[in-house]
Amino acid sequence: MAEVLVYVDHVDGAVRKPTLELLTLARRIGEPVAVALGAGAAATAGALAEHGAVKVLTHEAAEYADYLVVPKVDALQAAYDAVSPAAVLVPSSAEGKEIAARLALRIGSGVITDAVDLEAGDEGPVATQSAFAASFTTKTRVAKGTPVITVKPNSAPVEAAPAAGSVEALDVTFSAQATGTKVTARTPRESTGRPELTEAAIVVSGGRGVNGSENFGLIESLADSLGAAVGASRAAVDAGWYPHTNQVGQTGKSVSPQLYIANGISGAIQHRAGMQTSKTIVAVNKDAEAPIFDLVDYGVVGDLFDVVPQLTEEINSRKG
Amino acid sequence: MSLRIVVTVKYVPDATGDRHFADDLTVDRDDVDGLLSELDEYAVEQALQIADEADDAEITVLTVGPEDAKDALRKALSMGADKAIHVEDDDLHGTDAIGTSLVLAKAIEKAGYDLVISGMASTDGTMGVVPALLAERLGVPQVTLLSEVSVEDGVVKGRRDGDSASEQLEASLPAVVSVTDQSGEARYPSFKGIMAAKKKPVESWDLSDLDLEAGEVGLEGAYTVVDSATQRPARTAGTIVKDEGEGGKQLAEFLAGQKFI
Ligand SMILES: Cc1cc2nc3c(=O)[nH]c(=O)nc-3n(C[C@H](O)[C@H](O)[C@H](O)COP(=O)(O)OP(=O)(O)OC[C@H]3O[C@@H](n4cnc5c(N)ncnc54)[C@H](O)[C@@H]3O)c2cc1C
Ligand SMILES: Cc1cc2nc3c(=O)[nH]c(=O)nc-3n(C[C@H](O)[C@H](O)[C@H](O)COP(=O)(O)OP(=O)(O)OC[C@H]3O[C@@H](n4cnc5c(N)ncnc54)[C@H](O)[C@@H]3O)c2cc1C
Repeated sequence: MAEVLVYVDHVDGAVRKPTLELLTLARRIGEPVAVALGAGAAATAGALAEHGAVKVLTHEAAEYADYLVVPKVDALQAAYDAVSPAAVLVPSSAEGKEIAARLALRIGSGVITDAVDLEAGDEGPVATQSAFAASFTTKTRVAKGTPVITVKPNSAPVEAAPAAGSVEALDVTFSAQATGTKVTARTPRESTGRPELTEAAIVVSGGRGVNGSENFGLIESLADSLGAAVGASRAAVDAGWYPHTNQVGQTGKSVSPQLYIANGISGAIQHRAGMQTSKTIVAVNKDAEAPIFDLVDYGVVGDLFDVVPQLTEEINSRKG
Repeated sequence: MSLRIVVTVKYVPDATGDRHFADDLTVDRDDVDGLLSELDEYAVEQALQIADEADDAEITVLTVGPEDAKDALRKALSMGADKAIHVEDDDLHGTDAIGTSLVLAKAIEKAGYDLVISGMASTDGTMGVVPALLAERLGVPQVTLLSEVSVEDGVVKGRRDGDSASEQLEASLPAVVSVTDQSGEARYPSFKGIMAAKKKPVESWDLSDLDLEAGEVGLEGAYTVVDSATQRPARTAGTIVKDEGEGGKQLAEFLAGQKFI
């Protein structure tokens, strides 16, 4: 059976959920071979084996943290040369897309980004993409070379599928370009204790209607009652009420949770681009004409300062 | 010596229009107004600021696109760029990301450059890969997705706000940079700028000017194929209630019914 390379996104050995989702998709096409790089790479093997990786290729070197993107491309190319896979799957983060594109160019292949589904096909894997702020769905294939495909978080379930997951050291020789862009300082994001925005099952967002950073506590309390991540519209971010890392939309994160709750958000096309594929959409907005109501499964026309606290209290008491 | 900046700008269908696919599954550009991708305005803005700081700099804006893509160039020129290059050829129709990066890289090399500045992503394809592809093709450092950028003594520095960390980056010129919409509001063209833009030079190049063959680009040369494009069914109309004092409780009831509570 053909092998499929899966690029592992991990933090010091802790595998992030989108990578486990990639293993589910990879198993539809062939046998997953994972590539884990940098500090903690070997520690990823347990989780990867549990979810279907037959092999885990690892390489630790300071270059992965000290220089931007290219060392990772060099390593993924080394893995590609070693395995001759049927496809290469990479998580669709900003960095993942850059790595995938450069690899594709080097190996003479096409690249598909932001797939939301993947199936085996007669002429190679078929990716599903959503286009134009998710108003269209396209089926796309790579026509030349080995398909390199990046997949968005929440595109497949995480499935237990125990496999060997034998760890093998990958041989990597860094290219001349590897040390071109130096990372001179790194400030890790502080953890909020809430789920990762792109991975969360529930996202609670606030927009301009929240009217001040001091009021975002209302949004956070609702999120915490549901174990949700917190999102924000660009208007709220631009006003300085909430960090840009939490922005949902075209120039922020694209989310596809089971439940999305939009509070005081009008539903501009650029916001919709980042949340329209959510399974269930709920909105609270005082304007009955707000375009967000075109998307909702359930909407409340009302003042969020009344509705949100009442909702939070009701959820907490039902849980309690 | 003059700092040669090339800004890549894309002409895209207006996101607020009714964007759709043509019969050959490429982007329909006839029925929706086109414009300079808003995210590339940030690239033009940073180029202008870097040029201001440099003793001597020249900004060339470059687009690969159909006839009307000249509008995008004019807008960038009216913001203050010095000259423009339009790569236009019927055989470019349907070019994918790998092909677009080939054409752009050839044109950038022909134009001559010390610094390439791109947007973070186009507003139609939204891949966010062309700058990385350009760095790979040109064999120069990739310094991408910057929310802050500066150039001094032949070194580009910037801040990249990633998912798990914020990083300070540094590379020697020549380099490829891309900037995000957090890099600073783009200026509006002034009346004077709009008038001046009319006299600025716009060169037109076709594939033969770049020593490229038709088969290397376009639908024929594409590394990817779109098999189908279907409009997403409109979401079925949901329940909308007006808050009469119980809105939060009603919403909780809905969420409980859906097993979210
Ligand atoms: C290139 C580009 C990229 C962009 N990228 C993004 C992006 O990534 N993400 C994004 O979100 N936007 C993005 N935008 C901006 C987008 O166009 C909108 O401007 C933005 O989404 C508006 O945010 P909002 O809905 O919070 O604000 P508004 O549109 O001002 O809406 C506020 C809403 O709150 C409601 N409201 C006010 N007070 C209350 C109250 N007390 N109770 C209940 N409801 C209330 C109002 O009725 C209104 O509907 C982008 C724009 C461009 C041009
Ligand atoms: C809905 C949709 C999905 C697509 N999916 C794929 C796919 O999976 N694989 C694939 O190979 N192609 C795909 N394409 C085609 C691809 O979008 C175009 O080839 C495009 O030129 C490059 O990708 P981008 O627009 O996403 O650019 P991005 O990588 O998002 O653009 C980043 C920056 O590069 C510069 N740039 C990009 N294009 C140009 C240009 N023509 N002229 C000047 N500067 C430019 C701009 O500075 C821009 O801000 C898709 C197109 C659409 C409309």
